[in-house]
Amino acid sequence: MYQIVKKEPLNPTVTRMEIAAPLIAAKAQPGQFVILRVDEEGERIPLTIADFDREQGTVTIIFQIVGATTEKLNHLSEGGSLQDFVGPLGKPTHIEGLKKVAVVGGGVGCAIAYPIAKKLYGQGAEVHSIVGFRSEDLVILKEEFKSVSHMYALMTDDGSAGEKGLVTDALRRLIQSGERYDQVIAIGPLVMMKFVTELTKEFDIPTTVSMNPIMIDGTGMCGGCRLTVGGQTKFACVDGPDFDGFLVDFEEAMARGAMYKGFERQAHEEACRLFRGGEA
Amino acid sequence: MPNMSLKKNEMPSQEPQARSRNFQEVALGYTEAQALDEAKRCLHCKNRPCVSGCPVQVHIPEFIEKTAAGDFEGAYQVIAQSSALPAVCGRVCPQENQCEKLCVRGVKGEPVAIGRLERFVADWHNQHVQDAPVKPASNGRRVAVVGSGPAGLTCAGDLARMGYQVTVFEALHTAGGVLVYGIPEFRLPKAIVQKEIDGLKAMGVKIETNMVIGQVLSIDELLGQGFEAVFIGSGAGLPRFMNIPGENLKGVYSANEFLTRVNLMKAYKPGSGTPIQHAKKVAVVGGGNVAMDAARCAKRLGAEEVYIVYRRSEKELPARAEEVEHAKEEGIVFKFLNNPTRVLGGDDGEAVGIECIEMALGEPDASGRRRPVEKAGSEFTLDVDCVIMALGTSPNPLIKSTTKGLETQKWGGIVVEEETGLTSRENVYAGGDAVTGAATVILAMGAGKTAAKAIDTRLRALRP
Repeated sequence: MYQIVKKEPLNPTVTRMEIAAPLIAAKAQPGQFVILRVDEEGERIPLTIADFDREQGTVTIIFQIVGATTEKLNHLSEGGSLQDFVGPLGKPTHIEGLKKVAVVGGGVGCAIAYPIAKKLYGQGAEVHSIVGFRSEDLVILKEEFKSVSHMYALMTDDGSAGEKGLVTDALRRLIQSGERYDQVIAIGPLVMMKFVTELTKEFDIPTTVSMNPIMIDGTGMCGGCRLTVGGQTKFACVDGPDFDGFLVDFEEAMARGAMYKGFERQAHEEACRLFRGGEA
Repeated sequence: MPNMSLKKNEMPSQEPQARSRNFQEVALGYTEAQALDEAKRCLHCKNRPCVSGCPVQVHIPEFIEKTAAGDFEGAYQVIAQSSALPAVCGRVCPQENQCEKLCVRGVKGEPVAIGRLERFVADWHNQHVQDAPVKPASNGRRVAVVGSGPAGLTCAGDLARMGYQVTVFEALHTAGGVLVYGIPEFRLPKAIVQKEIDGLKAMGVKIETNMVIGQVLSIDELLGQGFEAVFIGSGAGLPRFMNIPGENLKGVYSANEFLTRVNLMKAYKPGSGTPIQHAKKVAVVGGGNVAMDAARCAKRLGAEEVYIVYRRSEKELPARAEEVEHAKEEGIVFKFLNNPTRVLGGDDGEAVGIECIEMALGEPDASGRRRPVEKAGSEFTLDVDCVIMALGTSPNPLIKSTTKGLETQKWGGIVVEEETGLTSRENVYAGGDAVTGAATVILAMGAGKTAAKAIDTRLRALRP
């Protein structure tokens, strides 16, 4: 069992938890992920590592409540524990040698973008963070990002915080104003990553995306997380989760991501009834 | 007087109609009377060919003799000298290619049902003898075992019996490896696997789950933590695909994924958090035990039609004869001499069919089996909403890529010295599918046994 040392809501649907997992904390690198199970009957879900503290032996996860498992996870309290917590899995994000990077985060994807921005900043790179949310109440990690960025652009769909528009609007403007990035690192919903890569392709800026497909074991065993990259089948769990955004088949990834939508909706509704007494 | 019946005693089993709708065990096991009768068919011939056909050399005539005399616990003790997992092997060994293949009674008539007798004896012991295994005196020396499948469990058990303090590292949340995630409940009840694992724990073996070696700790770190030797039994976990168009459509699974969802995650049970597609028409591609398992699971999940698509003929099927028989009884449709050419997709990125081409058998290939060749222009479509690829697996590269100096074959198998299981790294041993590629439970157990003996010899030579 893995204890929840700290829990705090970041917004109404996003929660941050610090989990006691010294072995994982000792090895974790930005870009890697864990797989967890909430309880004995629970499914295994992958979550990218949001932060880690090697001395305290803790790993931070940030998750959005989207389904039954994250609903159950959010129902656990500080001091409680998770059934299983495995990692670090996957390959770390390659950021060695980068001098100027645009880190683009969308929604809860910012949770994963943040440790990457932090490490880039720490190695002396110029970091421009462009983050997007639907509205003000969903904004997360604002101060954290600001503290590790030379430039921070906040975008919201409705203009209730920062500037109204999409992350691609801000990125295009920055590129057109003469900013020259060695690399763009985009993490967020598939559709956001797809549009970011379409934009960066125009300007020929190498772009890394972080894929978060359906997984079971996370060790290369099931192949459920496979995706097409440059015409070849890759497993996100062992070959990724980071890939060259220019080569990823996003359409296929979006279709595969919707495989269990019906099941998930039903399971989530049941979990809601259980935990929230009816409202779903 | 031996029983000279040419036929072996039939195995009682659930009716096909009923069992193809549930996940309970298909074969029900011999009664005492059947076991006594079958055991009397053994002629106790002098040269004991059956023993040489067993990868762990179970003293077969001796255990059958005790069985015939009604000394079932005595029979169990004979098997236990050589095999760590009798209740498992009695169920999943391909006996017809091993011990039973060489049985003298098989020359004229059917061989003695050695596997069924082994299963009977092991089950009898599990039901009647509650003594926990005795914890051997510790010699204070630590050995790490990576992977808790048949190779790892056997190696751990043998070392523990010699007094070593063994820690088994398992990547998943439950120990048992392929016995738990791969082989379905109806063929190998998980309670049996758990019992074997509990036995090891009682002997002092520590099992650490959620430990992906190669990621959270490397082999070198294990050696640095005071483990004097490491045995790698990490299996062949990486699924193969055909690389045909449409293979990444929704509804196309590797057998590993499909079986893991069903067996390890219990997706067939209401209340499991893990989803599975309840498909109407399913095509399983491949002809091994894994293909049979996947097909029979799909049927049990409610599929109306389940096809096995296999590119060779029935004669070349690598699956155990009993599994093929059971699959047929349950209504699985075999499409022999057919090979998929692409998976067809619908508007939503979901599989709606599989296009196959007819094959003919040509000259024998390197495996000695006749090579299938395509019949031009014979393509046809099977309407299915689920395709399961059961084409075999290769070893997982996680350990290889994080262990300096560990030699592997081009296809990923770890290179070992056959007599000892020693790898190219000092004090690092390996066995099972991680070395051979996908093979059988009993071969993996044989390799675990060999390595345990070699580790003991080596460590005592290093420091008596």
